[in-house]
Amino acid sequence: MLDTLPGEAEIADRIRAATGPLRIIGGGTRSIGVTDGAVLETSATAGVRLYEPGALTVVAGAGTSLDEIETLLASENQALPFEPPRLGNVLGKPGNSTIGGVVAANASGPRRIQVGACRDSLIGVRFVDGRGDVIKNGGRVMKNVTGYDLVKLLAGSYGTLGVLTEVAFKVLPAPASRATLRVTGLNVADAIRAMSAALGSPFEVNGAAHIPSGEGGQPETLMRIEGFAESVTYRLGRLTELLAPFEPVSTEEDPAAISQIWEQVRDVTPFADVEGDLWRLSVKPSDGAEVAARLPEAQLMFDWGGGLIWAIVPTGCDLRAAVQGIPGHATLMRASDDTKASLGVFHPDPAPLAAISTKLRSEFDPRGTLNPGLMG
Amino acid sequence: MEMPAPDPAILAKKPRLIERLQAVLPADAVIHNDHETRAYECDALTAYKCPPLCAVLPASTEEVAAVLKICHQEGVPVVPRGSGTSLAGGALPTADSVILGVARLNDVLETDYDNRIIRVQSGRTNLSVSGAVEEEDFFYAPDPSSQLACAIAGNIAMNSGGAHCLKYGVTTNNLLGVTMVMMDGTVVKIGGAHLDAGGLDLLGVICGSEGQLGVVTEATLRILRKPEGARPVLMGFNSSEVAGACVADIIKAGVLPVAIEFMDRLCIRVTDEFSGAGYPDCDALLIVEVEGSDAEIDEQLGMILQIARKHDPVELREATSADEAARIWLGRKSAFGAVGRINDYMCLDGTIPVTELPYVLRRIGEMSEEFGLEVGNVFHAGDGNMHPLILFDANKPGDLETCEAFGAEILKLCVEVGGCLTGEHGVGIEKRDLMGAQYSDADIEAQLRVKDVFDPGWLLNPAKVFPLAVTEARRLGPPAAA
Ligand SMILES: Cc1cc2nc3c(=O)[nH]c(=O)nc-3n(C[C@H](O)[C@H](O)[C@H](O)COP(=O)(O)OP(=O)(O)OC[C@H]3O[C@@H](n4cnc5c(N)ncnc54)[C@H](O)[C@@H]3O)c2cc1C
Repeated sequence: MLDTLPGEAEIADRIRAATGPLRIIGGGTRSIGVTDGAVLETSATAGVRLYEPGALTVVAGAGTSLDEIETLLASENQALPFEPPRLGNVLGKPGNSTIGGVVAANASGPRRIQVGACRDSLIGVRFVDGRGDVIKNGGRVMKNVTGYDLVKLLAGSYGTLGVLTEVAFKVLPAPASRATLRVTGLNVADAIRAMSAALGSPFEVNGAAHIPSGEGGQPETLMRIEGFAESVTYRLGRLTELLAPFEPVSTEEDPAAISQIWEQVRDVTPFADVEGDLWRLSVKPSDGAEVAARLPEAQLMFDWGGGLIWAIVPTGCDLRAAVQGIPGHATLMRASDDTKASLGVFHPDPAPLAAISTKLRSEFDPRGTLNPGLMG
Repeated sequence: MEMPAPDPAILAKKPRLIERLQAVLPADAVIHNDHETRAYECDALTAYKCPPLCAVLPASTEEVAAVLKICHQEGVPVVPRGSGTSLAGGALPTADSVILGVARLNDVLETDYDNRIIRVQSGRTNLSVSGAVEEEDFFYAPDPSSQLACAIAGNIAMNSGGAHCLKYGVTTNNLLGVTMVMMDGTVVKIGGAHLDAGGLDLLGVICGSEGQLGVVTEATLRILRKPEGARPVLMGFNSSEVAGACVADIIKAGVLPVAIEFMDRLCIRVTDEFSGAGYPDCDALLIVEVEGSDAEIDEQLGMILQIARKHDPVELREATSADEAARIWLGRKSAFGAVGRINDYMCLDGTIPVTELPYVLRRIGEMSEEFGLEVGNVFHAGDGNMHPLILFDANKPGDLETCEAFGAEILKLCVEVGGCLTGEHGVGIEKRDLMGAQYSDADIEAQLRVKDVFDPGWLLNPAKVFPLAVTEARRLGPPAAA
């Protein structure tokens, strides 16, 4: 590993010299929180440092664009396992997503239910903390339990513990073939039951979403399988049998149509032009129907077998209050700054955990320089 | 390996401590007679032993909290213990510490097949978690070879892996939530049946923290439906290099088996004699396993065998029955035990980039001659997690020290080629003093600060993971206020 990386020393200097808050920006497509401060960009760290297809690993500067990494991996028939979403569209923040931003948001798409979140594929980080110290953790190998796992802690920390300068991932072979199964007309409770049945089968469903107003305004429940061609055909047949009680079941095997379906789910595009505040909830899948019942006025989309819920609610509506008592968390993804300030973007942790998180932040960023106040 | 000298002030207050502990636990849950505390003097790194001041066996989260509150007030170090199978000395006590064993916390609290989770108390053994959901054809994926004995608590603390983690990930990828007691007795619940953290990913840093941040009493784990079937194939090669190249080619071809295990000549011979697995006589052996329906398995194995044939195998043996499959795995699964029967050994656990396998195996062979100690290699090849077994004679003066020096050189080599000191066994005391080979002072300091937050008094498993000199000021600092 190099002693310094492109752009890293400059970031460290900026942080050390800072006399007020800094607002850290990768591509700016996932900036959901409210912070002010001088902008600190990571673009100078851009560049893929190492790609070893035979070892299933890629290492890149945090400022590298997500597009560049995905294109490179595709050239070897590989991919980031967790299917990072591009939320710029639905959040109204156009731009070029960076890999550092993906990590800072722990952004994970439909395949999360099978292969884990961004944090599960992330195997190493380098970052500059609020003191201006360069810190590395993990490395470039898949199995590593040497010391504490700060890799996980940094994933999803939205720049509040440090400015990421380099990230390393475990990658996977891209699926050779894929198919999607569609059940139409289900209510939320039945849709979640159907998805649970599919996810609890041995047929390796790696996408399970429900769109209450899909094609032609009809509810659509979607399930995806990927792998080698013969295996996909076999599993598609078995799943169709398994889901027979939930008819009508149809199958989609056209690759372009399948890509489009799952990009929509991944990027939440159906909500891009819908007015209202956008929330993202993570709950136990079987609680999805209860969430729907508590939010009669909301428009909803379900991913992760029902466990990930995107909700459009009237502006200013306090969704957290409405779903009070259902375990999980709700993030306010898109709203006016006023609403964000009054409701809070991130879900408040219970007191003892909030105390731990606050202390961790003050250890990594004692002067409160990095995205202060963003997460709590 | 040095351990800090016991604090005489703590030794002196043993009677009072025992009395206080007995007031919050049943009589048989406080073990303090010298002949009984011996049962807790070491874990599976048996070269180091020291009976604790006492051992306690609480049976509920509340009892764990009561114990920790007392130890916190008295300023007494606590070493959490699951089943004591750590190979890194993670559960090794000091004479002035209390062993907190979670063996009595072994209930299943909830199984939920719709949401594909199980909630268990942390002392439950790994295999019995799968056992609890077997009836419905589900299983818990991380499968350390020690799974019959090791506890979920230890798995979480060490972020343990297993033979099938190439496909299913290690403990941290299958852990959704914990109930944990902080050193001051505060009970916290983190995560649950939902996915990912709403704020900072505290669960992520607790998993793999080797019992230094809190005592885990309950865990929510992801369970999976069993595949329709699985089939291993055994491949023999004339050199380790060729076997290594075959592994890289399989991975590059886009097939991702559930497991790719490697054994070298020494391990092949020893495990075969021990288990009667019927392994071929060759320099390197791979066991590759794939899953699915019969047709799916045929499709994948077809591709894998085609790749293997290009590497001049001396033998390709596909299991044609459950019995043959079991025989293929038999030797590999008993490898540590088989080697242990013929010799004392030290098991290393460094990980390297898979592409460096041939080079690292060659260097280990050369070093083996330099140090004059034999090495057997058995490991998870798909992810580069090596397990060199260095053979030594515990009764021969100086042999253990030579072995440790040799081991340190191998681990430094792993780091040099881009890998790490430990892939799944943890740092414990064993690799504590090598941390500087992988991490800079600032890297280590960042980790110490995390411990400062969770355990400001440095009472939980304090002499592990980090070099003693680096943690001395923190460990000897003023004890937490009563
Ligand atoms: C023959 C053999 C084969 C093995 N194979 C594998 C393998 O394939 N893969 C692998 O990863 N490991 C393997 N191991 C190592 C070992 O089994 C694992 O590290 C295991 O997870 C330890 O579990 P345990 O319950 O025995 O923990 P212990 O040895 O009791 O403790 C391990 C660590 O966990 C901490 N701890 C225990 N309980 C708690 C708690 N409640 N809260 C917080 N911290 C706690 C301890 O302080 C200690 O640091 C093997 C060991 C043996 C002897």
